[in-house]
Parts: sequence; structure tokens; C-alpha cells
Amino acid sequence: MELFVEALTKAIHLLLSFDYETYLVIWFTLKVSITAILISTILSIPLALYISTNQFRFKHFILSTINTGMAMPPVLAGLFITIFLWRNGFLGRFNLLYTPQAIIIAQIFLATPLILGISISAFQSFPKKFMLQILGLGATKFQLYMIMIRECKLTLLSAIMAGFGAIISEVGASMMVGGNIKGYTRVLTTAIVTETGKGNFELAMAYGIILLLLSFSVNMILTKIQQKNRTEHE
Amino acid sequence: MKLLLKYIFQLFLYIFLVTPTFAKNKTIILATTTSAVDTGILDELIPLFEKKTGYFVKIIAVGSGQALLLGKKGEADILLVHSPDEEEQFMREGYGINRKFVMYNDFVLLGPPHDPANTKHAKNIFEAFKQISLRKVLFISRGDHSGTHRKEMFIWKSLKIDPIGNKWYQETGSGMGQTLSVASQKLGYVLSDKATFLSLKRNLNLQICHSDDKILKNIYHVIEVNPKMFKNINHEGAKALADFFVSDETQRLIKEFGIKKFGEPLFKINQ
Repeated sequence: MELFVEALTKAIHLLLSFDYETYLVIWFTLKVSITAILISTILSIPLALYISTNQFRFKHFILSTINTGMAMPPVLAGLFITIFLWRNGFLGRFNLLYTPQAIIIAQIFLATPLILGISISAFQSFPKKFMLQILGLGATKFQLYMIMIRECKLTLLSAIMAGFGAIISEVGASMMVGGNIKGYTRVLTTAIVTETGKGNFELAMAYGIILLLLSFSVNMILTKIQQKNRTEHE
Repeated sequence: MKLLLKYIFQLFLYIFLVTPTFAKNKTIILATTTSAVDTGILDELIPLFEKKTGYFVKIIAVGSGQALLLGKKGEADILLVHSPDEEEQFMREGYGINRKFVMYNDFVLLGPPHDPANTKHAKNIFEAFKQISLRKVLFISRGDHSGTHRKEMFIWKSLKIDPIGNKWYQETGSGMGQTLSVASQKLGYVLSDKATFLSLKRNLNLQICHSDDKILKNIYHVIEVNPKMFKNINHEGAKALADFFVSDETQRLIKEFGIKKFGEPLFKINQ
């Protein structure tokens, strides 16, 4: 309990004193995770629209794969990507291992199935008759897609929040592909691991509290957007 | 709203693209042990090297075993490790060149304050280990093929005791810091390097039960990965870093490291 109070005090102190190292880690964490979530969203939504509105072979197989991907263990994704990015590996010549970009790649890998899976179920619950009616009134396929996105906005934002929550709290993949290099690829979760290893428990907990605050603020912004759209809707 | 999203998107695209990927020949990958990182010595030395030379050092902290493996795959340029037998094999197989002595300290046997296996009165480290196994007192092992783990296995092997599978013998599979907390919480014995123990001491309910044994010397060497074996090695950088570790100035810093904070040096330099 004493430790918790100390950690809380430390967290507040780090934030208010504008501690350079802390802000550096916060900045890296946000930069990496937000970039990853944006790219995953851009990849997922068109793909989700395509999958949910079209019939094709192996659709069930693909859906099952996506749903399994939602439970992808971060360390496994990390191991997989590390092997690909090794200097003497398949993508070795790009020299990406132990860089922030490598973490972004790993996080895209983790967030995409989540966003994809949830968006597909959102689009699939869009009434089929309504869809036909829209097309019947002469809308192009693109216009139909835009309507579907607008109608499913609530769930899509939830999908993004779920993806963001998964990657900002993930440690296994970031540790492996990023290497936890101070001032370069150290994010909040891996900083927690390092400080715990060094025995700086209150600093580790302080980072934990900052991480929670951070994901709280991001989720608050997203929830605000979500709920605002809801009221407009009604 | 749309405009805002567009700006945000552009901003992040920009960040993603311009995040510095350091030029290849200016980056050095140093694979090293968790003990070198947990004690904080590299955090003190490496920035000096970077400032002086303009290189960017990526420190990858793993056990000595894994560090040597990264060297064998050509995934690291230089190694700072403490597992002499394995290092010698690494050299024999031609993966490394210019193996140099950097520093040393001691391994210590740590145990709960009441010393249930009475190891303090043991004549030497072998007898202490024997006592633990005879009395079946909990022993926490790293279990991760690190230098510390190798040393521990060497002692068991010399005693012809196979501890694996016994109820009193548990493996954490993690770094030194983590393993020490486990031992402290479960009141077990553990073999540790002295430096990590001293730097974490204030959080641990453990004491030194046995030390100053010749067998327990813990030597750190720096090894440059052989550039003839792999095409992507930054050998120039590795050489610069190796020279930095053995330079007089760095050696002096190593000797003084920790005196202020812990009252005694964490590493020694004279063989």
C-alpha cells in the first residue's frame, strides 16, 4: 500500500516536473501506437467492407483466421516478425529490426485482426434489404460503403478502441522487435519491465499509472467522438 | 471534422516516414547480459561512447547464452558476455575475434536471513550447494542459459547432482533482477552476480551466504563478431566500441562505478 502511494506521488511528480525521460517514453509510446492504429484502421475498414458485402470461396476459412488473429499472443507475433526482420532474414536488407518501425509493424499485426473482426460483424449486421434499397435508388457501390460506415460508426469506433487498448498495453512484441533501447524503442510497457528488473518498483508503478492515464485519455477522446455521433444520430 | 482527421493523418504519416532510421554503418548492435543492464553500468558508459564517436549503440539485453547465439547468427556486431566456456567455444568455431577482458566481479550464493541450510559454515561453495540439496531447501535457478546459470550448472555437475525435476529446485527462466525477487519472496537460495545483488539489495530479503571462492569469479569479456562470417556486420563500429571498453579512461570509470551509491565498487578491473 505504501508502495502504491509512493508510486502515485512519483507519477504525479514525473508528469508535473516535465521529466525529460518520462515525456520521451510517453511520446514514443503514443507515436508508435497511434501510427499503428491509424494504419490498421485504414487497412481494415475497406477490407471489412469487401469481406462483409461479397460472397467468395473460403470465406468461412478467412473469417475463422481473422477471429483467431484476434487472440494472437503478442510474443508470438513478435517472434514471427523478428525472424523476418533479422539481418540475414527475409526482409533483412531494410535493417528494420530494433527500430520504432519494427514495433509499428508488430502492432499493426496485432491490431488489424481485432479491428477487422469487429468491423466485419458490424457491417454484416447492416440490414440486407436496406442495402438493396440504397442500391436500387441508384447509389454507387462507393456511396453504399460510405453509408454503411456512417451507420456503423459506433461499433467501428469501439473496434478502434479495442485495437488501441490491445497494442498500447502489449509488451512481448515491443520488447522483442524493438529491443527496448533507451531513448529509441523504449515504450511505457517495456520501461515497466526494465525498471522492475532494476528493482525500481515505484518508478515501474509510476510508469504503469501514466500508461493507464494515457489510455484513459485516448479512450475518452474516442468515446466523446462516438457519443457525439450518437446524439446527432438520434 | 473531416479536415481535422486529414491533418492528423498527414501528421502521423509524416512522423512515420521521417522517424530516423540511423545509417547502417553508424549503428552498432551490442548483445549483452541482463546483469550489465540491471546494474546500470551501460547506461553510464554507452552515452559517453556515443557522444565521443557519433555511433548509435543498440543495447540488446539478454542472457549470455542468447547473446552468443545472436552473435552466431550475425545479428549482433559485438558481445559483452560472461560465460567463459561458451565464449571459448564461440571463438574456436570462428564466430568471434579479438576477445578482450573487460571487468570482473564475483558470484555470490544468496539465501534467506536465517540460512536454513547452514551454508555459511560450509567450507566451500560445493559443500554449500550440497547442504542445500541434502536438506532439500528451496533453490531458485535462472534456468535461462545465461552466464550465471552456466556457473550454477557447473557447480551441480561437479557435485554429480542433477537438481532438475526436484521439488526444491525451481527455474524462473528470467533475468537476474526478476530471479532475485522470486528467491526473496519464496525464501530460497539463489546464485547471483554480486553487482546485481548490490544494486537491488534494498528491495530484497536476502543475504550473502557464501562468497570469495575462486570458482565464483565472474569475468566479462568483449568479443567482436567475425566480419568474415557475415556480410552485414558493422565491424568498424564494433572495434571502436571494444577499444572504448578497454581504454584507460573507461576502465577507470568501471572501477569507480557504484562506489557513491553502494559504498563499494560493483566491478573490478585488475585481473
